[in-house]
Amino acid sequence: MVRVDGNGGTQSLVRVRGLNKTYSRGGEKIQVLQGLNLDVDQGDFVAFMGPSGSGKTTLLNLLGGLDVPSAGSITVAGDEITHMSGSKLTQWRARHVGFIFQMYNLIPVLTAYQNVELPLLLTKLSGSDRRKHVETALAVVGLADRVDHYPRQLSGGQEQRVTIARAIVSDPTFLLCDEPTGDLDRKSADEIMALIEELVGKYGKTVLMVTHDPVVAARAHTTLHLEKGLLVEGKASSPQSVLAGGAA
Amino acid sequence: MKFRKLIFANLFRKKIRLILTVGSFAIALVLFTFLAVVKSAFNRGVELAGADRLIVVDRVGLMNLMPISYADKIAAIPGVKAVTHDHWFGGVYQDEKNFFPQFVIDVENHRKVYPEFIVPDVQWNTFVKDRQGAIAGAKLAERFHWKVGDRIPIKTTLYGGATWEFNLDGIYHTEKPDGDQGQFWLQWKYFDENVPSVIKSTAGWYILRLESPDDAVRVAKAIDEKFANSPHETKTETESAFASYFAKQFGNIEFLILTIGGVVFFTLLLVTGNTVAISVRERTSELGVLKAIGFTDRSVLFLVLAESLAIASFGGVLGLALAILTIPGISAAVTGLLPPLLLSKPMLLLGLGFALLVGAASGLLPGIGAMRMRVVNALRRA
Amino acid sequence: MAIPLTYNFRSVKARWTSAIVAVVGIAGTVGVFVAMLSLAKGFRATLVSSGSPDNALIVRGGATSEMTSGVGLDSVKIIQDAPGIARGPNGPLVTAEAVLMAPIPLRSTGTDANVEVRGVSPNVLEIRKGVRIVQGRMFSPGLAEIVVGKNANTTYSGLTLGNTIGLGTMQWKVVGVFDAGGSAFDSEVWGDPHLLTAAYNRPDTFFQSVTAHLTSPEALTPLKDALTTDPRLNVDVTREIDYYAKQSTRMTTLITTLGGFVAFVMAIGAVFGALNTMYSAVADRGREIATMRALGFGGPSVVFSFLIEALLISFVGGLLGCLAVLRLNGVTTSTINFQTFSNLAFAFKITPSLLVEGVFFALVMGVLGGFFPAVRAARLPVATALREL
Repeated sequence: MVRVDGNGGTQSLVRVRGLNKTYSRGGEKIQVLQGLNLDVDQGDFVAFMGPSGSGKTTLLNLLGGLDVPSAGSITVAGDEITHMSGSKLTQWRARHVGFIFQMYNLIPVLTAYQNVELPLLLTKLSGSDRRKHVETALAVVGLADRVDHYPRQLSGGQEQRVTIARAIVSDPTFLLCDEPTGDLDRKSADEIMALIEELVGKYGKTVLMVTHDPVVAARAHTTLHLEKGLLVEGKASSPQSVLAGGAA
Repeated sequence: MKFRKLIFANLFRKKIRLILTVGSFAIALVLFTFLAVVKSAFNRGVELAGADRLIVVDRVGLMNLMPISYADKIAAIPGVKAVTHDHWFGGVYQDEKNFFPQFVIDVENHRKVYPEFIVPDVQWNTFVKDRQGAIAGAKLAERFHWKVGDRIPIKTTLYGGATWEFNLDGIYHTEKPDGDQGQFWLQWKYFDENVPSVIKSTAGWYILRLESPDDAVRVAKAIDEKFANSPHETKTETESAFASYFAKQFGNIEFLILTIGGVVFFTLLLVTGNTVAISVRERTSELGVLKAIGFTDRSVLFLVLAESLAIASFGGVLGLALAILTIPGISAAVTGLLPPLLLSKPMLLLGLGFALLVGAASGLLPGIGAMRMRVVNALRRA
Repeated sequence: MAIPLTYNFRSVKARWTSAIVAVVGIAGTVGVFVAMLSLAKGFRATLVSSGSPDNALIVRGGATSEMTSGVGLDSVKIIQDAPGIARGPNGPLVTAEAVLMAPIPLRSTGTDANVEVRGVSPNVLEIRKGVRIVQGRMFSPGLAEIVVGKNANTTYSGLTLGNTIGLGTMQWKVVGVFDAGGSAFDSEVWGDPHLLTAAYNRPDTFFQSVTAHLTSPEALTPLKDALTTDPRLNVDVTREIDYYAKQSTRMTTLITTLGGFVAFVMAIGAVFGALNTMYSAVADRGREIATMRALGFGGPSVVFSFLIEALLISFVGGLLGCLAVLRLNGVTTSTINFQTFSNLAFAFKITPSLLVEGVFFALVMGVLGGFFPAVRAARLPVATALREL
C-alpha cells in the first residue's frame, strides 16, 4: 500500500517522513524537497513523475543512500539510514539496493558475467556460489547466452538487461530505477518494462521508478507526482504540469 | 586584449592538469640547464684557453722537468712575445679533500703571458718582494674564507713531506665571470731554494704568448726543432689543444651524461606537448561554440596558441628560476672535481627558446585542426 | 571486498596510449638511475678489485697517490726485511715499482690519454695473484719489452701483441697481454723498472711505491708498526685494497652527484607524467567509479584499486627501464681518474640488487603518482557522476 500523507504504519518496507533537501548553487539556496512523506510496502511498484528539476532523481538518490537529506528520516526494512555513517551506508547500500540507471553504467572492460558478479564480490560467497547467482540472474533477464560478451558487443536493450541482472543478483530489498527506458527504442523499452513487471509479479520485488514517460509510468501499480517538493497521488494536478513533466 | 580573460579562464579550468603541465616544462628546463652547465664545465679548460698561447712540455712525459735555461732560448724565437714557466706544486691544504691547483709561477713574466688574471698593483708589488708570498683566486679565497695577510700552510707531497707556509699577499679576479678563479700561486725563487737538488733550476712546463695567433704553427715547430736531439726534447702545442686532451679523456663520461640527458629532455618536451595537444582536442566542442557565436577561425587558432605558449613560458621561466636556485648547490657538491658550474645568458635563452618552440608546436597542430573544423561538426563532438 | 584486479588490468590495457606516457617516463628514470649508479659502481669496483687484502702498499709519508710518492732504493732494502712480509723461493715477495704517465693515443678519438706505465719486479705475478698472462708471455727483465693489460690493449692504439711503440726515449715491444680481473691494472702497461726510469730520464734508484705480499691479512699491523717507527724511513703503509678504494672516491662522488641530480629531476618529471595519466584516468572513468561506489564498494576499495593500477603501470615502467639498460652491463668506457691523473678503463656494473633498487624506485614513483588521483576517485560525488553524460 503506497501512502504519501505520512500516516502509514510501521509495517512499511520504506518509510519516509518530513524529507527536506536543499542545494546551494552559485550562492543561492534551492530547496528541492519540502517535507516529503512516503510509505511503500513489499511488492509495490511505484512510478515517480514530475517536471524536470522537480527533484525526482534527488529523491531516488536519497532513498538509495547515495545522498544525505537536509532534514527528515528514511527507514528501509527497519534501518534508519539518514544518520548512518559513510561506510555503514555503503555496506547498507550493497545489501539492500539494486540500481538500474538510464545510461546502463556497465563497466566497459568487464564482460556481462563480470559486471553482474560485481555486487557479489562484496559478500563472502565462494566463487561457485557466486557463479550460481550470476547465472540465475542472467537467465531471469534472458541473457544466458551472452555471459562472456562485452558491453560494446551488446545492443542497448541487452545492456539494460545486464544492468537489471546486476541489480537483482544479490537479492536486494528494493530496486531503484532512474529512467530505465530513457535511452531505448520503443520495442526494447517494452521488453524492459515487461521484464520489470515480471520481477514484481513473479518474483515479488519492490520497484521504485523515476520516469518522464507516461506510457512507462502506466505499467506501475501507482504513479506519484513530485510537485513543489512534495509527492501527490494519482493524476497530475493540471494539464500543464503533465506536459512539463514530459520534458524530464 | 579581450582574449586575455578567456585564455586565462581556460587555462585555470583544470588546475591540476595545468600545474602538472607547467611543472613538466619546468622540469625539462631544469634538466636542460643542468646539462648545458655540465658540458660547459667539462670543456671549461678549452673554452678559456688563450688563442695566442702555446704550451711547451717535455716530450718524454708530462711529469718530466726541463732546464730553466730553455726560457731565454724560447724567448729568442721570432714571434714570441713573452715566456713564463710553471711547476705543479700539488700539495695538500689541511685535508686531501680540499683539493685545489697550486702553481709555482715565474713572477717576472707571468702577467705578460696571462693578462686575464687581474691583481691590484699594490698586492702584486707586495707579492713580488715577498719570497714566501702567495696569491689566490677570488673563488678559492671565498671557499676557505681567506683574507689578504693570512698565513697558509701547505704540505708538499711531490717534493718531500714538509709543510711550507705562505703569506697570502693578494687575490686575483678574472674579467670574465667563468674564468678560473680557483688557482693558488707561489714564487719560483722560494720553490727553487727549498727543493731537492734534482729539481733545482727546472721548469715544469713553459707557456708563451705569441705576437699573433697566426704564428702558432710556425713557432711551435721552431721550438721543437730547436730542442730536438737534446736531453730534453720538447712538444709544443696551443693551449686549447693541450686542454682538450684532458677534456677528451673525460669524453665518455661527458658523452654519456649528455646523451642520456638530451634524450630525456626531448622526451619530456614531447610528452608535455602531447598533453597540451590532448587538452585542446578535448575542448573541440567549446571552440565550435565560439565559432558559432562569431569568433573568426583565426582567432580560435590564436586562442589555442596563446594558451599553449602561456603554459610553455610559465613552465620555462619557472624551470630556469629553479635551475638558478639549485645549480649553485650542485656546483658546491662537486667543487674540486669539476670547474664551477656556471649559467650564462645564452644558455638560459636557448632553453627558453626550446620550451617556447615545443609550446608553439603542441598548440599549432590541434589549433589548426580547430581552426579548420566546421562549426556543425565541432558542436556535435562530445 | 576488493574491486577485481581484472578491472585494473583491462582498464590500463584499454587506455594504453595514455598509460604509455607514464610508463615511458618511469622507464626512462629507472634506466638513468640504474645506468648512473652502475657507472659509479663499475668505476669503484675496478679500483677496489685492484687491491687485495693480503697485500700492503708502501709509499712515501704524506703522498696522496703513487704518482706523488718517491721511495729510494735504500729504503726498499730496509722495507723488504720487515716483519709480516711473505717470502718466496727467491726472497721476500716485494715489488718495488716505478710509476709513470705516458701519452698514448685513445683508439676512440685519436688524441692522447695519460696512460699509467708501471715498472714492476720480475716476481710481480706472485704478489698480485689476481693477474695472469692470457696472450704471449711475461716480459724478460733487462729487455725493452712490455706487457699490457687487456683494457689497455683495446682502449689505446698501438698496444697490440707483437707491436713496437715508443715510450720515453726507447722503443718497446709488446710481448704479452694480461688479465687483471677487471681492476685498474687492466688499463696499465708493465715493464722493467730500471729501463723505464732510464727511458724517462729519471734517477734509477728511485721508485714510486713498494707493494708487499703479507704472510696473512693480519700481518699488516706488525709491518706498519715496524716501518712507521723506523727512523730511517718516512713511509705510509696501507692495505692495498683500502688504498684503491680511496683512489676512487672523487670520481665516484662526481658521477653519483651529477647522475643523481639527473635521475632526481627525471623522477619528478616521471611522477608528473604518472599523475597526469592517473588523473585523466579518474576523470574519464568517473561514471564507472561512481557505479562501483553505488554498488557498495567503499572509499578504501577505490583508493586501493587506483593505487594498484598506478603500481601496475610503474612496475612495468621499472622493468622496461631495467631491461633497456641491462645491455650496458660490462660495456667498457674510460675516463681520467682525478686522483692519479691517469686514464682508467672500467665497465658498467649492474648488479641484481641495483635492479631491485631500480624497480623499487619505480614503485615509489607509482605510489606518488597514484595516491592523490586515487583519493580523488574515492571522493567523487557519486550522485552527480552517475548521471554524467
